[in-house]
Amino acid sequence: MKRLLRFTVNGHSHALDTSADRPLLAVLRTDLGMTGTKYGCGQGLCGSCTVLVDGKARRSCSLTLATVEGKDVTTIEGLAAGGVLHPLQRAFAQEGGLQCGFCTPGMIMNAAALLLDKPSPSHDEIIQRMEGNLCRCGTHVRIVRAIEKAATAVEGTR
Amino acid sequence: MSHEPDYLALTFSDIEVLPMLDRREFLKKVGSGIFVFVALGDLVLAQDPDGRRQQFRPQAPDDFNAFLRIAEDGGVTCFLGKTEMGQGVYTSMAQLLAEELDVQLDAIEMVMSDTGRCPWDLGTFGSMSIRYVGPTLRKAGAEARAVLLELGAKELGADASKLETVDGEVRVRDQPSRKVSYGALAKGEQIQRVVAGEVTLKEARDHKVIGRSEIARDAVAKVTGQAIYAGDIRRPGMLYARILRPPAHGARRTSLDTRAAAEMDGVRVIEDGDLVAVLHATPDGAAAALGRVRADFEVPESDLDDQNIFEALLADNARGRGLAKAGDLKVGEEAAAHFFDSTFLDGYVAHAPMETHTAVAEVGAESATIWASTQTPFMVRDAVARVLKMEAPKVRIIAPFVGGGFGGKGRSPQADEAARLAQLAGVPVHVEWTREEEFFYDTFRPAAVVKLRSGVDARGRMTAWEFDVYHAGTRGAGQFYDVPHHATTSYGSGWRGGGGPHPFGVGAWRAPANNTNTFARESQIEMMAAAVKTDPLEFRLRNLKDKRMIAVLTAAAERYGWTAQSPAGSRGRGIACGIDAGTYVAMIAEVDVDKNSGQVQVRRVVCAQDMGLVVNPRGARMQAEGCITMGLGYALSEDVRFNGGRIHERNFDTYILPRFSSVPEIEIDLVDTGVPEANGGGEPAIVTVGGAIGNAIYDAVGARLMQMPMTPARVLDALA
Repeated sequence: MKRLLRFTVNGHSHALDTSADRPLLAVLRTDLGMTGTKYGCGQGLCGSCTVLVDGKARRSCSLTLATVEGKDVTTIEGLAAGGVLHPLQRAFAQEGGLQCGFCTPGMIMNAAALLLDKPSPSHDEIIQRMEGNLCRCGTHVRIVRAIEKAATAVEGTR
Repeated sequence: MSHEPDYLALTFSDIEVLPMLDRREFLKKVGSGIFVFVALGDLVLAQDPDGRRQQFRPQAPDDFNAFLRIAEDGGVTCFLGKTEMGQGVYTSMAQLLAEELDVQLDAIEMVMSDTGRCPWDLGTFGSMSIRYVGPTLRKAGAEARAVLLELGAKELGADASKLETVDGEVRVRDQPSRKVSYGALAKGEQIQRVVAGEVTLKEARDHKVIGRSEIARDAVAKVTGQAIYAGDIRRPGMLYARILRPPAHGARRTSLDTRAAAEMDGVRVIEDGDLVAVLHATPDGAAAALGRVRADFEVPESDLDDQNIFEALLADNARGRGLAKAGDLKVGEEAAAHFFDSTFLDGYVAHAPMETHTAVAEVGAESATIWASTQTPFMVRDAVARVLKMEAPKVRIIAPFVGGGFGGKGRSPQADEAARLAQLAGVPVHVEWTREEEFFYDTFRPAAVVKLRSGVDARGRMTAWEFDVYHAGTRGAGQFYDVPHHATTSYGSGWRGGGGPHPFGVGAWRAPANNTNTFARESQIEMMAAAVKTDPLEFRLRNLKDKRMIAVLTAAAERYGWTAQSPAGSRGRGIACGIDAGTYVAMIAEVDVDKNSGQVQVRRVVCAQDMGLVVNPRGARMQAEGCITMGLGYALSEDVRFNGGRIHERNFDTYILPRFSSVPEIEIDLVDTGVPEANGGGEPAIVTVGGAIGNAIYDAVGARLMQMPMTPARVLDALA
């Protein structure tokens, strides 16, 4: 059951003639060739595939195209506006909030949703909101530090 | 996407494939510049000095491979077979080279883990990159610098002794105007050198880049989603594969019906002996097709499970290998005022890297290229060559960024699968294991048993130590306490093919065997300390002569603020010491134990580590922090449950990794005792996590845990 599905990714409009029940993750990585968003578990259990849908963190592996129809999707590739790193990207790099880097896009997108929601989250709020994102290299302490630093930077530009 | 000037994105820039086994061909294909080669034999010897890994050595002629090139624009390219999987060698190896060559770090391009371009490499495991290849890389840099000084002397008309190298230039000392850039010195020629045995490396006191904290050079690529992993490779006409899997290890297929799948739009079914796969232009299309494949399997009956595996391990009658022995155990036992006979158990754990095993294969009639998530590209090359019936040099394996390995991405059978399917289908094929496949085909850290008998006299001096480890392996089995009568024996190997009743593959897992062995040893140490009513720090110091261990233990105690007084309530602290990959570690963990639920919350971990020469202190700390965080999992929650060949863990809903809320405050102290060479960094700090937490639980609530993981249920059992 193909039909024309419209949605935007990182500000670009897309109209795809495809099945509405396809997972967003596969469409991003295959049809649109945007490989920054990663497959980790396929069941929404690890957060590697996290993207923003209308500003909210969503697991793209468990999201059908139908659910993003007419909506704005933001992926890791779209976070650095105008070629300038997002404060989270800068902070993750500077604080060392990554090692192998595979969970990193999902971590950063999840944190981006948090900061949209709560520009100055407390330490506990950060942990609570990041809890569902897994990192096997064990960079958690530095990720928390990076989010705290980025929150301060975002706050500073307000 | 603009990049910050302070970082360099790793591009794996696709310069032409160079036939690495022929120096003349290599030089024909590249432009001018200064080239430093390394003899394959020397490289093999550097990585496998004791010949323990003979089976992995190349069957290739003893030729010379390019190690580095200084091009006419001054750019330095280093060809290195190691894989960057988060441990930071892309940064630290470049630091070694920048130090010896006197160039900016950003001037160095690392071409890594590509069997088409890099000299042969054993693989990236065992915390061996900096330890074993580092010195050879430094020699190559020093060799190149010597050539540059020689050429510079001619060019500048000055005696070489009056010259210095600074920032990519040869300069006459104290005459700033008389200088020439490295790039200009090649003058359109090809200048070749071979890394010689004796090259003078810079003295530690002159180090400017070694020992300087650097931000990972791949950080920007990774925070922007630009970093390429094997699964991100796209080739023209590429199809995504999903492979039919059995429900259990040892299962035999008894029926197969692929008709419904074959009828689906755009689906191709490939059947080749045991390999049954469906291919489609999209991964979800392939998944849907696999869902239509019907197959029955016969699963062999088995009573073996994660509860009774330990009896099976002991009943296996594996051959014992004596590792150390001194004195007379009987005499030691008689001298003891307290004697302990303990059995420690440790379950199977999964590697669970966030990136599952993935490969993209493009196979032609004469040659093949496979992008694969692997820690051992050269080993995989040889395996794929056998599968494709090609000569190894015709197969090129590229491991781009690898999304975590931890020992689980050695053999990498997904590369064989992709290669076979690409050959059969005649198009490039993408194989990305699902998380369920990843759990199923993981080569788990083996379950193991340690039987430990030890004695201590009334004054708190150890008198006897008999350590028998079954099926974990030897690493970390040796003890470093000063005990007159001791014997250490290892039964079975802990490795795939090393025997044992494991119903599935087992293998190396970050610091193989050492987590198991250190947990047993350090738990027993504190059991003895408790028996003689001695503070566990004091007990260890009383029984230690090893200066490096005393140094790290003292440093950890100081940083923690250790006093004779244990924390009040259900809070406790525990110590563990260990040695791994030449590095000494002392760790103190502080935990809260909930006596009602058995839940353990680790609040703080202090780690003091003597790893000899530290190349990138920031990177070293990040590795140690990662070790501690990952270690929480094997210590407290990670356990592979199974019945026969059926593995119950399929995804992260039942297999519990450490999460943000489980992570304690972590403090790392890098202790310098003046060891000039670099020891390992990627694994050591994980070995002490289980022991330190186990001891802290005992200190908190008096429950002695004899089995890992120390789950709430086991804590409650131990309390009862």
